[in-house]
Amino acid sequence: MMAALTSMLSQYFQYPFVRYAFAVGILIALCSSLLGVTLVLKRFSFIGDGLSHVAFGALAVATVVNVQNDTLVVFPITVASAILLLRAGQNAKVKGDAAIAMVSVASLALGYLLLHLFSASSNISGDVCGTLFGATAILTLSAADVWLCFAMSLAVIVLFVCFYHKIFAVTFDETFARAIGVNVGGYNIFIATVIAVVIVLAMKLVGSLLISALVIFPALSAMRLYKSFRSVILFSACFSVCAAAIGMTVAILAGTPVGATIVTVDLLLFAICFALGGLRPHLGRA
Amino acid sequence: MALLECRDVTLAYEGHTVVENLSFCLEEGDYLCIVGENGSGKSTLIRTLLHLKKPSAGQILYGQGLQHKSIGYLPQQSAVPQDFPATVEEIVRSACLSRSGWRPFYTKEEKRQAEDNMRKTGVSHLAKRCCRELSGGQQQRVLLARALGAATKLLLLDEPVAGLDPQAGEGLYGLIEKLNRREKMTVIMVTHDVAAAVKYASHILHLAHRPLFFGTAAGYQQSDTGKSFMRWTKGEG
Ligand SMILES: Nc1ncnc2c1ncn2[C@@H]1O[C@H](COP(=O)(O)OP(=O)(O)OP(=O)(O)O)[C@@H](O)[C@H]1O
Ligand SMILES: [Mg+2]
Repeated sequence: MMAALTSMLSQYFQYPFVRYAFAVGILIALCSSLLGVTLVLKRFSFIGDGLSHVAFGALAVATVVNVQNDTLVVFPITVASAILLLRAGQNAKVKGDAAIAMVSVASLALGYLLLHLFSASSNISGDVCGTLFGATAILTLSAADVWLCFAMSLAVIVLFVCFYHKIFAVTFDETFARAIGVNVGGYNIFIATVIAVVIVLAMKLVGSLLISALVIFPALSAMRLYKSFRSVILFSACFSVCAAAIGMTVAILAGTPVGATIVTVDLLLFAICFALGGLRPHLGRA
Repeated sequence: MALLECRDVTLAYEGHTVVENLSFCLEEGDYLCIVGENGSGKSTLIRTLLHLKKPSAGQILYGQGLQHKSIGYLPQQSAVPQDFPATVEEIVRSACLSRSGWRPFYTKEEKRQAEDNMRKTGVSHLAKRCCRELSGGQQQRVLLARALGAATKLLLLDEPVAGLDPQAGEGLYGLIEKLNRREKMTVIMVTHDVAAAVKYASHILHLAHRPLFFGTAAGYQQSDTGKSFMRWTKGEG
């Protein structure tokens, strides 16, 4: 049994596109968990959902007008919405969660409507299901997509490491950071942009309905077990990478949908961490 | 040129005026205490000096190369965000960020400085503890250590002794006096402790929607405003 599974796996891994998909999947999971901690702490857990719906709407537009490389349409629209939504979150007059909900349902509805009215494809519900749940998208990535994902996730990771302390300061206490002259507005726009990049990437992995899982499960599990910002970030990165690796392996072997499998693994690991946190409240003091 | 000068400043929230006709001038090495009743605009003035809020009229001038990165700030009742995973050390070190520019890590010197400041405020033994597990007074001391780390020229403290036990409060006054005397640090402190204000400060600003008094601490004790306010606070206590 075990031997059969291993040989099946090694057979799959002979194909370069499977290897690429695996690597890209892990990088994307890593990126989303890094930013997930900041988002959860800033009470923006749902921005992932909102943005992914915007990206879905943008994808619909790209499909309808028949653009070759849909990332060129999806990406700028998502970045713009991310900046707008994070701004709205700061503005007391427009409540952040209401703004996110509004933008998210509006783009979902408009996107579906557009696809329904103008799409040339005969299999609309299949297409929609694919974008919403990721389906097998990760295995059908083109070489250009793979390289784009690679480059963008590496950029996100490098930027995150370089600005780690600033991201901490801006997340922990925005007022103090502003008072001592850190360019908080600039960093917020920077964080919004990176989040938008991650969302666009993660859509390819798990689809737009499941993105929040990649963002919140690693962060919540880590916060259950660890008490310093650094260990929370490190643990959630490991958590997310493991979940993605296990999930993709299972998906390949069992032929289950990639996105849903990864999220299920996330959920299981989260349950384990939660139980551990209850059993050993003093685990990992720092 | 003075370190800090307010010229005819008006502070307001959406057209509702809080303080008007405020003019004063601070030199390097001055120690200003701001006193006044609740809601008289003390915190608003501090926030304005920090550029967190714009004055609705008048000018605030900064001299002698006073920049953001040489200012330390302790907010009033700064609630550490609930459920935020951050150790005391991480918080205190974040004070250096204003000076680190694009550098992505802390230098040895910056880490040592953070340690010093933790020792000064008596939280060294808590360095690895998570901030959300500390008592209110301990959190206050942590944020005070952070403020000290950011300050090289000017220290703005909004009710720093609120929430501290009397001994820690005395220690804090002593610490700030030392900084002020030895390192020529300019200090602006909001306090309700008028007795301590006249004891330690060089200047007093008494706010009540208008500045009722600005001058030296000795002058304040002689003035009618000061006399009546001190008698009143003593009567209360
Ligand atoms: N964000 C705000 N929006 C509108 N009005 C405000 C705001 N913050 C403060 N105020 C008003 O401004 C006035 C001054 O407030 P401020 O916080 O400066 O008082 P304070 O002197 O610091 O009082 P305390 O001794 O209680 O700290 C108050 O009347 C308050 O109602
Ligand atoms: Mg106040």
